Amino acid sequence: MNYVIIGNSVAAVGAIRGIRTIDPQGNISVISRERHVAYGRPLISYLLGGLVTEKRMAYLPEDFYEKNRVNLLLKSEVVGVNTDKKQVKLAGGDTVPYDRLLIATGGDPFVPPIAGMAGKDKVFTFTTWDDANKLKGISHDIGRVVVIGGGLIGLKAAEGLHLLGKQISIVELADRILSTAFDRPAGRIVAKKMKANGIDVITEDTVVQIEGEGAEISGVTLKSGDFIPCDTVIVAIGVRPAAGFLKGSKVEVNRGIVVDDRMETRVPGVFAAGDVAEARDFFSGQKNPMPIWPDAYIQGDIAGVVMAGGEKSYSGGVAMNSLELFKVPTISMGISNPLDPKDFEILTYQDLENSQYRKIVVKGKLLVGTVLVGNVERAGIFAGLIREKIDISPFRGSLLAPDFGVIHLPREIRNALFAPYGKVA
Amino acid sequence: MKRIYTLEDVCIGCHLCEVACITEHSLSKEPVKAFLHEQFRPISRCTVEELDGGVLSLSTTCRHCDEPDCLRACISGAIQKYDNGVVRTDTEQCVGCWSCVMACPYGAIQRNVTKKKANKCDLCPDRKTPACVDACPNRALVFREGSQK
Repeated sequence: MNYVIIGNSVAAVGAIRGIRTIDPQGNISVISRERHVAYGRPLISYLLGGLVTEKRMAYLPEDFYEKNRVNLLLKSEVVGVNTDKKQVKLAGGDTVPYDRLLIATGGDPFVPPIAGMAGKDKVFTFTTWDDANKLKGISHDIGRVVVIGGGLIGLKAAEGLHLLGKQISIVELADRILSTAFDRPAGRIVAKKMKANGIDVITEDTVVQIEGEGAEISGVTLKSGDFIPCDTVIVAIGVRPAAGFLKGSKVEVNRGIVVDDRMETRVPGVFAAGDVAEARDFFSGQKNPMPIWPDAYIQGDIAGVVMAGGEKSYSGGVAMNSLELFKVPTISMGISNPLDPKDFEILTYQDLENSQYRKIVVKGKLLVGTVLVGNVERAGIFAGLIREKIDISPFRGSLLAPDFGVIHLPREIRNALFAPYGKVA
Repeated sequence: MKRIYTLEDVCIGCHLCEVACITEHSLSKEPVKAFLHEQFRPISRCTVEELDGGVLSLSTTCRHCDEPDCLRACISGAIQKYDNGVVRTDTEQCVGCWSCVMACPYGAIQRNVTKKKANKCDLCPDRKTPACVDACPNRALVFREGSQK
């Protein structure tokens, strides 16, 4: 059996391990357009800020590819897939045949057309190891940065640049930073900390023009009319699934590559996993991209097992983010900010002075989301309650307690989790 | 593989398991020195929870899951599952992002805020039986074969 995986990040790793649990013999080839070994992509801001060295970027033990007998083709861009011939086409003309194909190409940064951007030297996106190195390399030439986008990428880019001593303004369209995960109180606490540390956070605004003569940037003009002087711009608005090379193929691409609960696309034998995939959402049952690191691994694992002939099924994507900025830890998961709050029960505790916020979102008898700022201890217990759809009615009153733990759960659940005769969780 | 299981009915809430864990993971492996004289006192990897002033108590720790949620959430690859089944955190590689804290449904991972590193049971690699199991005066912790997800 010939397994080909396009992409070399966490979904690919999950898939390789998944395949090998079922099929120790089959050939596995991984094709990556980057020049690095598999790396923890979220670490690029740590690299930028000097918190980790290049050596620590590697996500896997050095012997991983050898131990798992994986052929790794780096610096190889896939330009097309012929699902009839079962071939992957590389830039340069080579074709790679497959029996089972996994597309795990992740996301490409989305760069909208902004007036004045064309021809400017110091406009960057921030999604790869090379992006981090590029910024580090010209760091002496960077003084003041405007980061367009206050989501995960924008905030981490800002953090990295701040560690390099740069002056930063973040411009976010929504009324709060990290708008997909945070609600207003959580966003406010973190924004306040950032401002206290010299990072300007502007919300409900966007960049409409990049100013400057020739290749030099002098600043940006916002929709509100304000002008922010700067010499560098980071575009961190978001990523789009990297599925462009599938144009003309029979693989269904919507916002991402559409897959079923086995991570298989409409084309038998072709799978997708990770940021590029559009799989079932845990809560809505609809399919959407879920660009979340643990979900990518889980999807990759399922794809790998199924490709190798095993049985495994996706229980649906749950968004979860852990982000610590300026010593304020935050963890959010699930439906953290319901669009129609009247259908939910929302419990909150806040002590904004001390950067403490705790929000529990309940629908009927089920926990569906949480936002934690400050006290994030054992937050994973909530993830377990969400995923296992545990009826929280018996301990609803304890959910907000700062020391909420398994002792508040019904005994049967505790037994299942920790007792020697319990079932598995 | 052998794992640590909890018998909550016989737990007396004495916290000796936590003391033993801290001592085992200290430099000196002696409780007085570990608690008073060493620069960094380790954080206990097992957690004793109590309710109603101790009427109910139990010690919980990492399950060393077959499919660890922490490993899947770890962004740096610091958490790995070894051939003997133990799920270990490489402290050097850990960047303290707390993704594992977010993912573990057992709440088994602690944050070492001072060092900005994740802290988790390693099944005491230098011992035949984990320190917490040995220390429990009422045998509320057992080390035995079992599966976990």
